Amino acid sequence: MELTGAEIIIECLKAEDIDHVFGYPGGAVLHIYDAFYRQDDVKHILVRHEQGATHAADGYARSTGKAGVVLVTSGPGATNAVTGIATAYMDSVPMIVITGQVPKPLIGNDAFQEVDSVGITRPVVKHNFLIEDVKDIARVFKQAFYVATTGRPGPVVIDIPKDITAERTEFSYPKDISMRSYNPTTKGHPGQIKRAIDIILSAERPMIYTGGGVILGNGSEQLRQFTKKLGYPITQTLMGLGAFPASDKQSLGMLGMHGTYEANMGMHHCDVMIAIGARFDDRVTGNLEKFCPDATIIHVDVDPSSISKNVRVDVPIVGEVNQVLSDFNQALEQADRAPNASALEKWWTQIDEWRSQDCLKFDRESEIIKPQFVIEKMHEVTGGEAIVTSDVGQHQMFAAQYYGFDEPRRWINSGGLGTMGFGMPAAIGAQLAHPDDLVMCITGESSIQMCIQELGTCTQYALPLKIVNLNNSYMGMVRQWQEFFYDKRYSNSHMNVQPDFVKLAEAYGHVGIRVEKSADVEPALKEAIAQKDRLVFLDFITSQEENVYPMIPAGAGMNEMILV
Amino acid sequence: MRHIISILLENESGALSRVAGLFSARAYNIESLTVAPTDDETLSRMTLVTSGTDDIIEQISKQLNKLIDVVKIHDLTEDAHIERELMLIKVQAVNETRDEVKRLVEIFRARIIDVTDTTYTIEITGNGDKLDAFVEALSSITIHEVVRSGLLGISRGDRALG
Repeated sequence: MELTGAEIIIECLKAEDIDHVFGYPGGAVLHIYDAFYRQDDVKHILVRHEQGATHAADGYARSTGKAGVVLVTSGPGATNAVTGIATAYMDSVPMIVITGQVPKPLIGNDAFQEVDSVGITRPVVKHNFLIEDVKDIARVFKQAFYVATTGRPGPVVIDIPKDITAERTEFSYPKDISMRSYNPTTKGHPGQIKRAIDIILSAERPMIYTGGGVILGNGSEQLRQFTKKLGYPITQTLMGLGAFPASDKQSLGMLGMHGTYEANMGMHHCDVMIAIGARFDDRVTGNLEKFCPDATIIHVDVDPSSISKNVRVDVPIVGEVNQVLSDFNQALEQADRAPNASALEKWWTQIDEWRSQDCLKFDRESEIIKPQFVIEKMHEVTGGEAIVTSDVGQHQMFAAQYYGFDEPRRWINSGGLGTMGFGMPAAIGAQLAHPDDLVMCITGESSIQMCIQELGTCTQYALPLKIVNLNNSYMGMVRQWQEFFYDKRYSNSHMNVQPDFVKLAEAYGHVGIRVEKSADVEPALKEAIAQKDRLVFLDFITSQEENVYPMIPAGAGMNEMILV
Repeated sequence: MRHIISILLENESGALSRVAGLFSARAYNIESLTVAPTDDETLSRMTLVTSGTDDIIEQISKQLNKLIDVVKIHDLTEDAHIERELMLIKVQAVNETRDEVKRLVEIFRARIIDVTDTTYTIEITGNGDKLDAFVEALSSITIHEVVRSGLLGISRGDRALG
C-alpha cells in the first residue's frame, strides 16, 4: 500500500519501537502532525519551546538508553532546538531530531521560516540528512537510528521538506543495514587487552578512572566485577557517576575541578591509570603539563578520536566498554597471578589518609540552609533511589558531590556543554520513561528560569516532578569565580529580581513550598514526595555566598586543590 | 610537517562541507583541497594538504575517519608517492616578451594553450615547487591571472585507496 511521507515517518518510528516523540508543530511539519493525529501508537508530547523538546528527549534517552526523538518545524523550530542538540552531542546521547523544511522548490529562496538546518546543525551532530525523495525516508530513518545508537552515540538530524511529507510511495522498512563508511569497532584488540592486564596486575598505585562511556555503553555490571576483583580504588567523572556505587568503600567519588581530594591526589600519584569510557576533559585533568606525571595509562574507549587527544596514552584499546571489560574480567579469571597485595595495602593507607581530610565537610548545624545539606537530606529521604536531573552551576556540583549515586542512568546532567535550562525538561523525559519512579530536578533560581515554561508541559501530562530549587539569589558559579578571580566584583550575577516561585508553580496548577530554615528541609522534602501525583516546586532559600569546594583553580595540577 | 591526505568519501551533497567544517571547527590548517568524483560515481576522492605536529595529524586522521561520509583515508606522505598540481597562467605577451615567454615555457615543459595579440595562456603541471619556480621565472613579465588546482597525489607502486 502506498503511504504519504508523513505516514512513513510514523511507521519508521513504530518500527524503531519509539513510544514518545517530543515536539512542537509549525507550518513545515503540518502533514506530519496530521499523521500523528490519525494514530495512537506513538505518543506526542507537546512542549512549550523546542529547546525543551530536545532536553526532554535527552532525559528520556539518558534514563533508558534508547534514542530520544524530537519533531520540530523549520526555521525557528530548528534553531531553537540547536542548544539541545549540542547538549546531546557533547554528552554523546542518542537522539533523532526531525526538522521540517520548506518545500523543495523553495529551498535556497529565503522562504518563510527557512534556515539551512543541515548547515546550522552540522558541527553539533553525529550526522545529518536532508531527504530529497519520499522513497529515501525509510532508508534514511534506518540509517539515522543506526548511527545515533551505535559506536559513540550522538544526535542525528533528519531535515524533511514539506512537499516530500505529502508525496506517496510504497513503504517497507529495511531489516538490515550496512554502511561502507561506518563500522564502529566493538571488540578490543586481544593483544592490547593482554598487555593491559599485565600492566594492571603489576600496578603498585593503581587508579580506575571511568566516565560517561561506561553508562552509555551499559558497562556498569562489568565495571563492578572488574573493580571488585582487583580491589583497586575507582574515581568517576561527573558523567560517569552511578556506574560504580558511590557507597562502596572502593569509590573515591568524583574527580576533577570539584572532585574529592582523595580522588585527585590518587590520580596525581598513581603509577597505573585505567581510564574507561572517559575523555580526559579539561575539567578533569586541570593543567595537562602537571597531569599524572608517573602514570602508565591504559585507555578504553569506543571512539578512537578520544584516545590520545588531550593526554598521550600507553595502551589504547578501541572497543565497546562492556565488551572490553568482559574480556578484562575473563583475562583476570585466567591470570596466573593476583594484584600486588602489599603494595595495594600501602596505597590504600595513603588514600585513607587523604580521605581523612574529609574534603566535603560543611556546617551541618547552620540555621541558614546550606545547599549541601539539602542534597544530603534528599539522599536520606529518597534512600538514594530517585532519578535526579540537574541544571548547571553550583547546585550541579553539590548534587554530584553529595547525592551519592549507586546505580547508572539515575544522574542526568549537562556535563559537556553545561546547558542551563536542561534540568526540568530532562526530568520530563525521564519521568515519561519511568512513570512510577521518583524524578527530582535539582536546580537554581537562575537555571530554572531558562526553561521555566516547561512547567506547562508538566501540567498537561500530569508529571509529578519534584523540583528542588537551591535559591541563593546568585548565578552561584559565576559569583564564585567573580569572588575568587575578580575581587568580588559581582558583575551581572546577582539574580535578586525573581518571580515568586511558589505562586508561579501554583499558577501552572502545581504545588509550591518555600523553605527558609534548615529544620524545615527534611519535612518539606518528605511532604513533596508524599504528594505522589503532584509536581511540587520546593524553593529553598539557601546561604547566598556558598562556594563549591574543593577546587582545582584554572592552570593548577590535580594535586594543587583549594580545600575549604 | 606537511601532510597530503587522500580521502575517499561518499559523493553526497554536504560531504565536502563536513570535511571543510571539521577543519575550521578544530582549527586545523588546510593548505589546499581538491575534490572530484572517481570512476565509481558514488564516491569522491579528495586530496587535502595540511600541516601540523604528529599529534595533530593523528587527530586529523581520527576525526576524518569519524565523519560518517568518509569511507577511507590515507596519509600519502607516509610512503613514496607522486604529487602533481595543474596551473593555468595568463601573461602579457607583446614584442620581445613573446619569445621570452615561449623559451620559459619550453624550459619548464609547459604548454601555451591560448593566444591573443597581447597575451599567452599557459598550462603547466608539476609539484608545487616547480609551479612556484615557473611563476618566479615569469616575474619580470606582467601576470594577469594565476589559477592553481591544488595538489593531487597518488601512492607509488601497487597500493591503492580503492
